[in-house]
Amino acid sequence: MTVATKQTKTLSARGIAVIGRLNASYLAFLALLIVIACITPSILEPAGFMNFLRRGAPLAVVASGQLFVIVVGGFDLSVGSLITLTVMGSALLINNDPSKTWWVIATMYGIGLLAGLINGLVVTYLKVPSIIATLGALLSIKGVALAWSGGSPQGYLPDNFRQFGRLTLHDIPLLGVLPLAVVVLVVVVTVFAWLLHRTNFGRLALVVGDNAAAAALAGVPVRQIRILAFVLSAFSAVTAGILLGGFSGVSTDAGDGFELQSIAAAVLGGAQLLGGRGSVPGVVSGAMSLTALFTLLNLLGLPKPLRDAVQGLILIAAAAYSVRRQEWAG
Amino acid sequence: MLVRTAVIVAALSLAAAPAIAQSFDDPKEFAHQRELMKMPPQGPAGKPWEQYVGGQTIDTSKYKKPGPYRICFSNAGVGNPWRVVGWTTMQAEVDLHKQDIAQFIVADAESKDDKQISDINSMLSGQRCDILIVSPNTTAALTPAIEQACQKVPVITFDRGVLTSCPVTHIVPIGGYAFGIYSAQFIADHVSPGAKVVALRILPGVDVLETRWSAAKHIFEEKGVKILGAEFTDGDRAKTKSIVSDYIARYGQIDAVWMDAGATSTAAIEAFEDAGKKYPVINGEDQQDFLQKWKSANLTAIAPTYPTYQWRTAIIAALHVLKGEAVPGPIWDLPDPAITQADLDKYVNPKMPPLHYAMCGCESMPGYPQRWGGK
Repeated sequence: MTVATKQTKTLSARGIAVIGRLNASYLAFLALLIVIACITPSILEPAGFMNFLRRGAPLAVVASGQLFVIVVGGFDLSVGSLITLTVMGSALLINNDPSKTWWVIATMYGIGLLAGLINGLVVTYLKVPSIIATLGALLSIKGVALAWSGGSPQGYLPDNFRQFGRLTLHDIPLLGVLPLAVVVLVVVVTVFAWLLHRTNFGRLALVVGDNAAAAALAGVPVRQIRILAFVLSAFSAVTAGILLGGFSGVSTDAGDGFELQSIAAAVLGGAQLLGGRGSVPGVVSGAMSLTALFTLLNLLGLPKPLRDAVQGLILIAAAAYSVRRQEWAG
Repeated sequence: MLVRTAVIVAALSLAAAPAIAQSFDDPKEFAHQRELMKMPPQGPAGKPWEQYVGGQTIDTSKYKKPGPYRICFSNAGVGNPWRVVGWTTMQAEVDLHKQDIAQFIVADAESKDDKQISDINSMLSGQRCDILIVSPNTTAALTPAIEQACQKVPVITFDRGVLTSCPVTHIVPIGGYAFGIYSAQFIADHVSPGAKVVALRILPGVDVLETRWSAAKHIFEEKGVKILGAEFTDGDRAKTKSIVSDYIARYGQIDAVWMDAGATSTAAIEAFEDAGKKYPVINGEDQQDFLQKWKSANLTAIAPTYPTYQWRTAIIAALHVLKGEAVPGPIWDLPDPAITQADLDKYVNPKMPPLHYAMCGCESMPGYPQRWGGK
């Protein structure tokens, strides 16, 4: 009798928990979309919506990589500068020669994986808190990018590199148009969602974030799991760098602010800071909500300082709200 | 985003003081610069970095001393591509005067006022400078340090100014109003009355940029061009492209884009391409990526400049002063030519990096183009 009641309770609590986790960012996203549509109805047309998704794609990709680090109980502050390095480094290496695009992309993933590996090793073996370790990585990676290029962009990105962020396929059934960046987004998100929600690694990552000591006692390879989380985050940053460089071209600013935006997107999407909880679809929706918020503030034409203030307040409110929902949901 | 915001807020608070001290919309200065734009520059032909517009020369015989000289330079920083190109050009100019310059002592303030103030103090106390060149980081904060320096050595300032007339001369292109007049006049001349323009600005509160905008606004109002909005881009390409795309989505067709600085102009142009819209009438600056896009897409465009050759002028002026030769002053107004369709080909060079500033006056200097990152 008691057992049965308890079980129903857990079940219904779980149901509320799921709704609680989903609601914050999905509702925010919907609400923002409706407001934007009142100003420019074109965002609800397939072409407009696809363009919107394309704009949000780099942040969504980084945020879903960042999620793995957050889930195991850390932060990755180095993603923004890794994006900068990807954009600047690719332009330097390719030097407007389209035939070099593919090996340069491979090299960039190599550099990214190395950076993720170092982050992971520093956090797990040197026991440096991730916020400090990746803050150090942020500075050194940005430093490398600027020193390598001499402080200003060098070289151009050829069209076959830029297509990932810029090309839009036309005459697609149902959708009408389909930006290549959205395809990349869907592929990355699907793989990441599968990794976190359908594999042993994903389950163990959640366990590690929930209680690392208990996980270690239970025989979970905590260090490997954490290192892999940082590698995935770096992988997503390089991918976002390719998308962003494609979307807007070479600049030293590419990627600025992505470290905090991606963490904010994850929190909006229901991830729990310090680990143990998070979902990839939620985080993608969190990233899209942020992108919608930026778009809306642009459209409203508020003066910049006011816009920053509004943006900060909304972020804090949204994060507080989603934390609260988790608490209510237990 | 948050980091960037904090930086901008910090920059704003630093810029707030000069904002009170000087007006960004000064009809007298507007008219003065409009006059200067019409005057033929004086000085050696073909070398705009040695020319000056209007004004007079000042006697420097009291600073005369035997060479070779120790020239000290306090640099605000090399934090953006314009400064990178300028700094490279300045070093090349120093190399041209090996016999006159015994030592070129440089301190990079990394865009920090406090560092630049201590840089200046330590140079003057320890380095036996014959002359001090300063490219001030911000106007008000550096004024006291420069006033102190003036009591010890001759001082030359360039680019951003200070609120004191103690330097021997202050080198600066005609100014922000001229940039705004050139660009807005061109746009107004090439669209029909009632046309829609979007203004893209980097950030508020910087004197050069504010004056560019106030001048452009006057011209647009005068000519009946409709300003849909003025947006701050932070100089970020992705943000620029997003903002322009939003405007295109909202208004359909935009006839012209006005920019207070050209570094993100190609991103703005791409927003039109990606939306499948007709190219706008646009102004950029002398950045290579914009000039190349202008040429390849056959844009209706103009590129007013804030020439990086002023970094050359600073060294040339320093040597004149130490040799006791007259220099233009107390303000050395350099000509700031605009690149037009007619002379576009002269400045386009696909071998140079995207944000190389073509108006560097550096083409015949030693080490060109490799030294500037070209091939």
